[in-house]
Amino acid sequence: MAERVRVKAMMPPGHVRTPSYLRGKTGVIERELGPFGNPEKLAYMLEAEKQPLYRVRFTMEEIWGTAAETPTDTLDAEIYAHWLERV
Amino acid sequence: MPHDHHDPLSPSGHPFREDNDTPLSYWQRMEIAIRELMIEKAHLSPEEIALQIDAMDSRSPANGAAVVARAWVDPGFKARLLEDASAASREMGFDIGPMNLIAVENTATVHNLIVCTLCSCYPRNLLGLPPDWYKTRAYRSRAVIEPRAVLREFGLDLAGDIRVRVHDSTADMRYIVLPARPEGTDDLTEADLTALVTRDSMIGTGLPRMA
Repeated sequence: MAERVRVKAMMPPGHVRTPSYLRGKTGVIERELGPFGNPEKLAYMLEAEKQPLYRVRFTMEEIWGTAAETPTDTLDAEIYAHWLERV
Repeated sequence: MPHDHHDPLSPSGHPFREDNDTPLSYWQRMEIAIRELMIEKAHLSPEEIALQIDAMDSRSPANGAAVVARAWVDPGFKARLLEDASAASREMGFDIGPMNLIAVENTATVHNLIVCTLCSCYPRNLLGLPPDWYKTRAYRSRAVIEPRAVLREFGLDLAGDIRVRVHDSTADMRYIVLPARPEGTDDLTEADLTALVTRDSMIGTGLPRMA
């Protein structure tokens, strides 16, 4: 069974590449992409640690609730490990 | 009577484009300052900058179309493309730089759509510059909220039993859709097939041309 993860519902300032509309939402890991420099540091030319990057798949129902256009359609996004917690 | 544009509309019926004689924005000034510093300190030459601009302008959807057509005729290549689209593109001789490319496959039951909600991430190193609409807030927000409505506006009315998979390019990957090979194209050569692959079919907002 695919690993279920939740995107942390943090709202830090600065250059963040986790879209707001996915924060707090739960999905499954579609694939692991390997380690990539943390863009939240790279954007300010700070020394950036490597973070594992994952493609996470969400259902439209999970993202938009009853407003979903088609609940079973899906959305995949790339999320860095420090934004994810196991469910 | 050289260019006196008294008439507000061009012969084609569109307004003339305004001259860009407004003041530079903060970021335009920054770009010019950094570029001039880099040249002054001999890190870059104007020729190198011009060559890079030329290289990017010479990339076009035709590169992606060649990749797609190859995948349609060569099952081994298709498997390699779905496994590692960057390596497969380089295998065909395309210089895509350091781009990390993922190919997502349309099938009888799945339709893929690419968007970048945060900015304008696009597989430029293979397909060239994105269309203007790809960068609009309207496309970027609506593609994730109501992808089927967006696709209908592009002329693509998907049946309910086809699952839509939207891919938001939020980080280090770039995406290309591998559209399904149109029916009735068994006799076509790889070169003929290449001509059927449209830019929009590789973004997911369209399908390949029919043969």
